[in-house]
Amino acid sequence: MIRLLRSGLRPYWRQILVVMVLLLVQAIANLYLPTLNADIINNGVVTGDTAYILRAGAVMLAVTLVFVIAAVIAVYWGAKVAMAFGRDVRGALFRRVESFSQAEVNHFGTPSLITRTTNDVQQVQMVVLMMLNVVISAPIMAIGGIIMALRLNVPLSAVILVAIPVMAVFIGLVLRSALPLFMSMQRKIDRINQVTREMLSGVRVIRAFDRTRYEEQRFDEANVDLTQTTLKVNRLFALMLPTLTAILNLSTVAIMWFGSIQVAENGMPIGDLTAFLTYIVQILMAVLMATIMFVMVPRAAASAARIQEVLDTQPTVVDPLRPATDVAARGRVEFQDVEFRYPGAEDPVLSGISFTAGPGEVTAIVGSTGSGKTTLISLIPRFFDVTGGRVLVDGVDVRDLALQDLWGRIGLVPQKAFLFSGTVASNLRQGDDQAADEELWRYLEIAQGREFVTEMPEELEAPVSQGGANVSGGQRQRLAIARALTKRARIHIFDDSFSALDFATDARLRAALKRETADATVIIVAQRVGTIMHADRIIVLEDGAIAGMGTHDELMRTSDTYREIVASQLGEGEVA
Amino acid sequence: MSAQKASTPPARPGGPGGPGPGGPGGHALVMPTAKPKDFKGALRRLGGRLRTERLLIAFVLVLAVVSVTFMIMGPKLLGNATDILFDGVVSTQIPAGVTQAQAVAALRAKGQDEQADLLANMTVTPGQGVDFTALARTLLLLVAVYLLSAAFAWLQQYIMAGVAQRTVYRLRQAADEKLARLPLRYFDDHPRGDVLSRVTNDIDNISQSLQQSLTQLITALLTILGVLIMMLSISWLLALISLLAVPLSVLLTVIIAKRSQKQFAAQWERTGELNGHVEEMFTGHNVVKVFGRQKQAIAIFDEENEKLYDASFKAQFISGMIMPVMTFVTNLNYVAIAVVGGLMVANGRISLGDVQAFIQYSRMFTMPITQTASIMNVLQSTAASAERVFELLDESEEEPDAATPVALGHTCGHITFDNVSFRYVPDAPLIEDLDLDVRCGETVAIVGPTGAGKTTLVNLLLRFYEIDHGRIFIDGVDARQMTRSDLRGLFGMVLQDAWLFTGTIHDNIAYGREGATQDEILAAAKAARVDHFVRTLPDGYDTVLDDDATNVSAGEKQLLTIARAFLADPDVLILDEATSSVDTRTEVLIQEAMGALMKDRTSFVIAHRLSTIRGADTILVMDRGHIIEQGGHDELMAARGFYFDLYASQFEEGLEEAS
Repeated sequence: MIRLLRSGLRPYWRQILVVMVLLLVQAIANLYLPTLNADIINNGVVTGDTAYILRAGAVMLAVTLVFVIAAVIAVYWGAKVAMAFGRDVRGALFRRVESFSQAEVNHFGTPSLITRTTNDVQQVQMVVLMMLNVVISAPIMAIGGIIMALRLNVPLSAVILVAIPVMAVFIGLVLRSALPLFMSMQRKIDRINQVTREMLSGVRVIRAFDRTRYEEQRFDEANVDLTQTTLKVNRLFALMLPTLTAILNLSTVAIMWFGSIQVAENGMPIGDLTAFLTYIVQILMAVLMATIMFVMVPRAAASAARIQEVLDTQPTVVDPLRPATDVAARGRVEFQDVEFRYPGAEDPVLSGISFTAGPGEVTAIVGSTGSGKTTLISLIPRFFDVTGGRVLVDGVDVRDLALQDLWGRIGLVPQKAFLFSGTVASNLRQGDDQAADEELWRYLEIAQGREFVTEMPEELEAPVSQGGANVSGGQRQRLAIARALTKRARIHIFDDSFSALDFATDARLRAALKRETADATVIIVAQRVGTIMHADRIIVLEDGAIAGMGTHDELMRTSDTYREIVASQLGEGEVA
Repeated sequence: MSAQKASTPPARPGGPGGPGPGGPGGHALVMPTAKPKDFKGALRRLGGRLRTERLLIAFVLVLAVVSVTFMIMGPKLLGNATDILFDGVVSTQIPAGVTQAQAVAALRAKGQDEQADLLANMTVTPGQGVDFTALARTLLLLVAVYLLSAAFAWLQQYIMAGVAQRTVYRLRQAADEKLARLPLRYFDDHPRGDVLSRVTNDIDNISQSLQQSLTQLITALLTILGVLIMMLSISWLLALISLLAVPLSVLLTVIIAKRSQKQFAAQWERTGELNGHVEEMFTGHNVVKVFGRQKQAIAIFDEENEKLYDASFKAQFISGMIMPVMTFVTNLNYVAIAVVGGLMVANGRISLGDVQAFIQYSRMFTMPITQTASIMNVLQSTAASAERVFELLDESEEEPDAATPVALGHTCGHITFDNVSFRYVPDAPLIEDLDLDVRCGETVAIVGPTGAGKTTLVNLLLRFYEIDHGRIFIDGVDARQMTRSDLRGLFGMVLQDAWLFTGTIHDNIAYGREGATQDEILAAAKAARVDHFVRTLPDGYDTVLDDDATNVSAGEKQLLTIARAFLADPDVLILDEATSSVDTRTEVLIQEAMGALMKDRTSFVIAHRLSTIRGADTILVMDRGHIIEQGGHDELMAARGFYFDLYASQFEEGLEEAS
C-alpha cells in the first residue's frame, strides 16, 4: 500500500504540505485555548478584572475562529487531494488494462479487473482521505504538545515521554494480531457470500442431487468460521479503548502526583501543572483517534495490493520496438507450425498449425467444442501471442507490425457479438468515424440488418443498451457483421457469427457477403456445415491439431472426422 | 498580595474528558440511509432474538452503569486533588499563626474583595503546606476508579461481543436453513441478488450494529444523564449555556447533512456511470482493440473520471465540514463557559474548582450527543436490514414431508402421472388433467414449443413444485408419501444452465456422488468427453472454477455437469436441453455415451434437436400444458399431426444445408 500511496500522492506534495501546515495551526490553536483560559483565571478572575476576562474571551473566540477556518481549508484540500488520488489511480488502472492482451485479461478475469478499477480504488481513496483529515494530525498534535510541555517543565515531560511509547507499543501489539484477523475476517465474509450465491444459483441442482444437508454444512462451516474470527477481533478490540483510556487517565494521575511534588518543593506554578494536564489529554486523545481510524487500513491495504498487482503487470503483447513500415495491405494470412499453450499447461491448446489464407479465398475452420478454433483466430490480431512458430500477415510476422497497423487490417466479428451502448449508428461507426448514413445502410443491407433497423422508430439513431441487451441475438450478430464491414478491412474474421440466424437469413447473408468480400481474405469459424461447405479451404481441428484440410468434397473422401461432423448434422435427412 | 501570587490557579485539570468532538461515525450522520417501514417493530423483533441472552445483557447494563459512574467520578476526584494542592499552596502563602479569617479581613482592608471572597470560600490551615497524605489518598482512589472503570468497560464489550456474534450466528443459520425449506417458487419470484443481500449484507449490517451501536448507545445515554446531573448540581446557569449548544449543533448538522446527501447522491450517480463505462470497455476488450477505439475509450473514461472526481470532492468536502463545525460549537461553548464562569468566580458566586470541573463535564457532554445522533441513524439502517431479514424468515415454506414416509431404496422407474393439474399463477392453468404412464427402462422424449410445460413436468416429478390436483406414482407409491430427499435421490439430472460451484473440476464432478473414487471420477469425465479439455488447463483436474474462470466455455461447463450425472449413476435420468451449448459433433459423442447410460434406465429427455429424441421409446408432444400427441417416432410421423409439422420444419433446414 505504501508504494501505491507514495507514487500516487507524489504529485500533490504541495497540497499535502498545506494540509499539514493547517493541521499544525489547528494543533497550536487547540493547545493555545487552555493557556488562554489559564490567563483568564490568573489575570482576570483573581484580580477581579472583568474587562480582562471579556478581552481574553474575545481572543479565545478569535483563536477558535482561526481554528475553524484552518480546519475547513484543511478539509477542503484533504478532500481534493484524496479524490484526485483516486481519480489518478483509476486512470492509471484503466490505461494499464487497455494495454493488456487477452492473456493478462484472462489471468485476472474481467469481473476482477472491473472491481479493482472501481471498488478497490474507492477503498484506498477513503483511507487517504481519513489520513489527511485525522491520522496525520496525531503526530503533529503529539509533537506540538511535547514542545509545549517541554517549554513548561522538562522533568514532568518525562511522563508524556513514557506514556506515548507505552501507548504505541500497546497499539502496535493489538494491531499486529488484529490486522491478520481483519484480513481473514474479510475473506470469510466473502466466503459466506460465495457459498450463499452458489446455493441460490444452484438451488435446482442441489435439491435434485439431494445435497441440501451438504450445502447446509458448507454454510455452517463458513458461518462458524466467520463467527469465531469476528468474535476474536471484537474481543481484541474490546481491550483497545478501555486500556488506552486507562493509560491516559493514569498519566494524568502521575502528572498530578509528580506535579504536586514540584509545586510544593520547587515552586512550580499550579497553572503550569493544570496546563500540563490538558496537554497530555489532547496529545493522547489525538493518538487514540488516529488509532481508531487505523481499523480501515487492513481492508484498504488488501485493495491497494490488488491494484498494485494490476499496475505491476506488464502487457505481454506490445508494439515492436521498430515496427515494419510500408507493408502493403493485401490480406494474406499465414500460419507456420504454430503452437499455443497456456503458461504451465500440460497439453498445448494448439500445435503444428500451418496453413495459408489468401485474398479472394474463404477459409473455414470447423471442429468440436474445445478444439481450439477461437484460440486459433485470436492469434491473428494478437489477442494472444504464439508460444511456437509464427503467424504472418501480408508476409510480416504479426509481432513485427505496429498494433494499430495490424488491427487496421482486420475486420473481426467475435463469437459474442458485443455491442456498445449508444445507437445503431454509433456502433456501426466504430469501424469508420466518417462513414455516411448511406454507407451504413449499404452495410446493413449486406448484413441482412436493413429490415429490422428500418422497423425501429429511430432507425439508425435507435438506442442500443450496454452489450446490446435490447436487441435479439440474431440482430446483434447482424449489427456486429455490419460494423466489421464498415471497416473495409482486407482480412475478415467471422467467429461463429451466423449461429443465431435462421437458415434463410444465413444463406442470403453469405451470398451478399461473398460479393462484398470477393477480393478480401475471409476466415470463418462455424458449427453448421451448411455455412462452410462452399469454402475454398476447410480446416478440421481436433484436439488442437489439424485433422484434415481441403474442400468439402476432398474432406468427405479423406477425413473421418469431417464425415462424422457432417453426418451428425445431416443424419436426420438420411433417415427421412 | 500573597493570595494573588498564590493563585496562579488551576486552569483545566485534565481527566478522561471527551476526545475531540466529532469522532468516528461522523460520516454516518451525513450519508443517506435506507428507511425501515416499521422502525420500532423491527427493532423490537430484533430484540426478541436477543432474548436467550437477556441475563448477559442485563449484566452488561449493570457493568455499563458502574463503568460510566466511575468515569463521571473522575473529574470530581481530580478536582478534589487539585483543591488539596491549591489549599496547601495557599496555606504556605499565609504566615503561620494568622487565621484564615484574619487573612480574609486583611484582604478586605486592602479593598481586594474578590480575593477575599475567594479565600473565604476555601478551607485553609495557614502555614501547613501541601497535605501529601490526603493527596496520595485521593490519587490512589482516583487510580482505583479509573482502573475499575476501564475493567468494567472492557468486560462489558467482551461480553457484548459474544452476545452479538452468537445472535448473528443464529440469525445467519436461521436464514440459511430457511432457504433450504423455501419452495422453488420463492427463488423464481425473487431476484437472486436481493435474496443474497438479505442473507449476507443485511446480516453483516446487524452484526456491526449489535456489536458497536448497542454498547455505545447505552454508554452515551448514561454519560449524558450523569454529566447533566453533575452540571446542574454545579451551576444551572452554566448548564443552560451548555445545553444551548445542543440545538445549535443539531441545527448545523442537519444543514450540512441535507447538502451533503445531495452531493452523495450525485457521487453515486457518477460512480455508476463510470463503472458502467469501465464494465463495458473491459467486457468488450478485444472489440475495442481491433476497432482501434482505445484512445476514444480512454478519453470518455477521463471525462467520466473527472466528473466523478468533482462530485465526490464536493460530497467529501461538505460532509467533512461536520467535524470542524462541531469542534467550533464545542469551542464556542468552552469560551462561553470560561468567560461566564470566570465572571461568576470573580463575583464570588461559585468556586474556581467548580468552573474547572464544569469545563471538564461540558467537554464530556458534547461527544455522546453527537454519538447518539449518529447511532440513531445507524439504528435506522439496522432496522431496515432487520426488517428485510425477518421478511425472508416469514416466507411460507414447503409443505412438510409425510409423517410416516414410504422409503423406496431403488426403483426400476415405473412412473405414472394420474390426472395431474398444476398452475404457477392461479388464473393461468398450465398443466391440466395430465395422464402418463412410463414403464421401467423407457426413454421418454418431451418435445414442444417454448412454454409448453416441458420443464414444468420435470419440476413436478422432482416435487420442486407441488401439484394442485391428481397424483404421481413411482413404482406404485404416491410421490407425496415419500420424503423429498428419498424421492430426489432416485433421480439424476443435467440442467439447461450448467451449475458449477467454486472448487476444483475434480470436486465439481465428484459432487454427483458422495465418496466416489478417483478412477470413477476420471471414468465419468472420459465418458462425458471432457477429459482432453481438462488436461489442456494449467492445473488439470485441480483447476479451480470460479466466477472469473474465463478459460472454461459454456459448452465445457455443460460437459462437466454431464460428467457429474454420469458419476451419479441414478435410477432415473433427466436431461433438460442438456446438449444445447455443445457443438453438434460433440453432441453425437455424448449421445453415444448417453445411450449407454440410458440403457435399462428410465430417462426423460427434453430437447429441441430431433436427432436427440428420435431413438426414444415414447415421444410426448406437449403444447400449452397438454400432451397432445404420444407415441413412437414412426407412429407420430404417420399421424401427420403437430409432431410431423415440428419435425418437417427442422428437417427442411437440415436438408437444405446439406445441399
